[in-house]
Amino acid sequence: MNPGLVHELTKLLGEDSVLHKLEDLFLYEYDGSVEKGLPEIVVFPATAEHVSQIVKLAVKYHAPVVGRGAGTGLSGGALARTGGVMLVFARMNRILEIDPENQRAVVQPGVVNYELTCAAEPHGLYFAPDPSSWKSCTIGGNVAENAGGPHTLAYGVTTNHVSALELVLPDGELVRVGSKHGDSPGYDLAGLFVGSECTLALVTEITVKLSRKPEAVKTLLAIFDAVDDAAESVVDLTARGITPAACEMLDGWTLRTVEDYIHAGFPMDSAAVLLIEVEGLTEAVAAQAAAVAEVCNEHQAREVRLARDDAERDLFWKGRKNAFGALGRLAPSNYVLDGVIPRSKLPQTLRRIQEIGTQFGFQIGNIFHAGDGNLHPIVLYDPRDTAQFERAMQASAEIIRYCLEVGGALTGEHGVGMEKSELMPLVFSDADFNLMRRVHDAFNPDCSLNPGKIFPLNKGCGEIRVRKQPVEAASLP
Amino acid sequence: MTASSTNFAARVESLIGPSRISTDAAARACYAVDEILPTVVAKPASAEEVAEIVRFAALEKLALIPCGNRTKLAIGMPPSRYDIALDMTALDQIPHYDPGDLTLSADAGAPLAKLNALLFEHEQFLPLLVPWYSLSTIGGTVASGIDSPLRQFYGTARDFLIGAEFVDGTGHLCKSGGRVVKNVTGYDLHKLLIGSLGSLAVITRLNFRTFPSPVASHGFVASFPMAEGALALRRAIASSSLTPLTLDIISPELAQIFGARTPATPETVVFAGENRAVNQPSLQPIGDWFDPREWQLCTAFAGTTEVRDRYARELTLLAEKSRAASTAILGDTTRPAVWGRLRESLSMLLEASPTTVILKISVLPSHHAALFTNLRHIADRAVLPSALVARAGGTIYFALLLTSANEDTTARFSQSISQIFDLVFAAGGHASLLFAPRALKERKDPRSEQLLAPASSRLPANSGAELTSGVAPMRRLKSAFDPQNILAPGRFV
Repeated sequence: MNPGLVHELTKLLGEDSVLHKLEDLFLYEYDGSVEKGLPEIVVFPATAEHVSQIVKLAVKYHAPVVGRGAGTGLSGGALARTGGVMLVFARMNRILEIDPENQRAVVQPGVVNYELTCAAEPHGLYFAPDPSSWKSCTIGGNVAENAGGPHTLAYGVTTNHVSALELVLPDGELVRVGSKHGDSPGYDLAGLFVGSECTLALVTEITVKLSRKPEAVKTLLAIFDAVDDAAESVVDLTARGITPAACEMLDGWTLRTVEDYIHAGFPMDSAAVLLIEVEGLTEAVAAQAAAVAEVCNEHQAREVRLARDDAERDLFWKGRKNAFGALGRLAPSNYVLDGVIPRSKLPQTLRRIQEIGTQFGFQIGNIFHAGDGNLHPIVLYDPRDTAQFERAMQASAEIIRYCLEVGGALTGEHGVGMEKSELMPLVFSDADFNLMRRVHDAFNPDCSLNPGKIFPLNKGCGEIRVRKQPVEAASLP
Repeated sequence: MTASSTNFAARVESLIGPSRISTDAAARACYAVDEILPTVVAKPASAEEVAEIVRFAALEKLALIPCGNRTKLAIGMPPSRYDIALDMTALDQIPHYDPGDLTLSADAGAPLAKLNALLFEHEQFLPLLVPWYSLSTIGGTVASGIDSPLRQFYGTARDFLIGAEFVDGTGHLCKSGGRVVKNVTGYDLHKLLIGSLGSLAVITRLNFRTFPSPVASHGFVASFPMAEGALALRRAIASSSLTPLTLDIISPELAQIFGARTPATPETVVFAGENRAVNQPSLQPIGDWFDPREWQLCTAFAGTTEVRDRYARELTLLAEKSRAASTAILGDTTRPAVWGRLRESLSMLLEASPTTVILKISVLPSHHAALFTNLRHIADRAVLPSALVARAGGTIYFALLLTSANEDTTARFSQSISQIFDLVFAAGGHASLLFAPRALKERKDPRSEQLLAPASSRLPANSGAELTSGVAPMRRLKSAFDPQNILAPGRFV
């Protein structure tokens, strides 16, 4: 790493805000995915002005730059794929404003998702996007990845709750897009930047919409003896226009693992459970809960349990949200996939996933946002066994291909990142890539910000650099 | 026509055939944008034909404006160039509808009413009940960025548009998003098309998530002698547990227009509140149902009998606390007539006077009380009749209405508009001229030298105080989508 850059960054930020020793850097080589990428320098900005200055220094030394929140991402979005400078937003963690009347909050990118909801709670408000990692993931990361969560079924994903952003562009320029009121004229720039995986700009401030806490919540646990019945219940709920706030599925194998560890009260001998939550006015919730139970019973639910109190509700959710952690007990590593299918195709897709598991020799668990059709099959493997790892990746690619075949999407909430960049040509044509690349270049022309993400390597920055060479421009007639 | 324009008309004809182009003056006049006529009207029959025409236009550097049924073409700046009108109404198919997944794809030229007619069969709908509803195409609705009262509950198109196919300025057919309700694959380019006025790409197909049509919806109206009462009630509703479908405040002048007029746009099959659709040629008159001296808060809600009873009870109670002069639950006969008028607020305002200027103002709801008062003062000082509808989320449509347009009134108009801009920016909001005569759009603010019309007003004039010039990134995007600047040039950025 360039000592000049380290020196200048230290001068700007202070010794305690710059890491450059290998043993320190290793901590930032991972995120929640199976990918790796080692940064050469890690810095901790405290202000947007810092971010701008850091970016300008990186430009001066031709070092790539990547932003990182809590590093809980699942697609390698916050990894330094080509080294360079990593900006960790842990110290930009202040909630700048809560505006109850207009239902807005202004936060720095390092604010933890759950802390915002806690801060809004005294006003009867909360921040709706709730990824499983909500107790550690940051709003900045949520914005970069357009994160989802169980309750996005009724309330939408991160992009639906962001009204304005302050950004630092890859040349260090500070810009604001969107507006606090959320209806600013012109192109929907906030809509473009949310979910752009830190490939267009770094986010330094976020204005979010806060939602009003519902008056009543009912949480149901529907227990099934066959996965197909659980899946058909989801299809039927959707088709009948019953929109719960959340509709999650855990298959039998997964829930047994979870139950051993968390004791959420999930029945050990069932084939699948649906965790369904309905929210709203007391009168509406009563009717909705009855409708949900009726549909599940029509599809041979063994039992539909209603959480008796908040304690039992929390326990059900603990079983769901901590499930991935529980699976860590079974194998050295697990690969959580993220694909989306039309909800009408859920039963056949779950059957196909089991076939693929059998074919490649894995037990594949399913714990996912059934109401959205957002699948999260989990493949357990041992990363030290290279052949097994390869097989796990092949099985995963097969599942994702099937999702696309039935009209689904490559990723529902985890992002493309490094994980799926090479699969992007399954979805997008050359014309699509050309346009996306021109949009990318409009903000990040030198590919200095988060290189090697979203675009397949042969359609990404390499080509851009070649095309941008001044020599070529000079040789034009 | 000049020799070169005859030549390119012939070239467009060779691309799509003689029956799909028109060069006669009467036909071209129908496609005028701010009194500027295109040289050729082309009506492609497929996305491929659209791409061919755009490729040709890019090669020849010809300016092109896509349109649907042209009900909202007046939104935007006058085009700097206009060679080809691209009439998209022949692309009117609905290639995909999965009622079980609540997703639908429609070609850009498909009428909104056609989509909803299909959706109603499955007790679903698309919550885009926009002005000129029965004439609007889905592509035009999205490209215009127009909203509807239902945004209170369902949000705007940005919340349920899940993917799109479109031809970029290089003439390539591209896509973004997909057909599933949750998707983070690649950039959300389709969001940029909303409100882009055709300046980034020609939309050929749009994918939506659809919604179950609400079970038995009802309406509630509370009247107040002063705006403050209506605003107090709105605040009370917003901080209650109620989640109404619509929540609008209308000024006494708009109530008067509602009572005196019937929208010129014919009616069609529209979701009328119940779990079914009604078909009627025009809206029933409502006479003096609204007191034309009072402010009205209008809200719709839906649900089972128990839920509706709860709404009726609680809304009435909250209205009493806000000292409403009167309250009413809308009955089965009045409801479609009142909802239809609320939906058609903008078209009715434009029809209410020969010269109507409508500003779209977006300001946080907490600033509305002061803003309403100041807007009234500005209009009164200029002796201009005015009317407004305010959505609870913060968006206000403010109209200045005048019986004739001459140099004096144009001057008064533009002075008032400058004052309104200052007022709105001071409150941290945005204002733009949504509908205005061309002369007014092209007039510059005497102090800031900024154009008053939509494109320029989209650039915050008080840039001294703000970090941003939101415009620079928008220009970059425009160049990325349309490097030759052939798509609706001058209309936006």
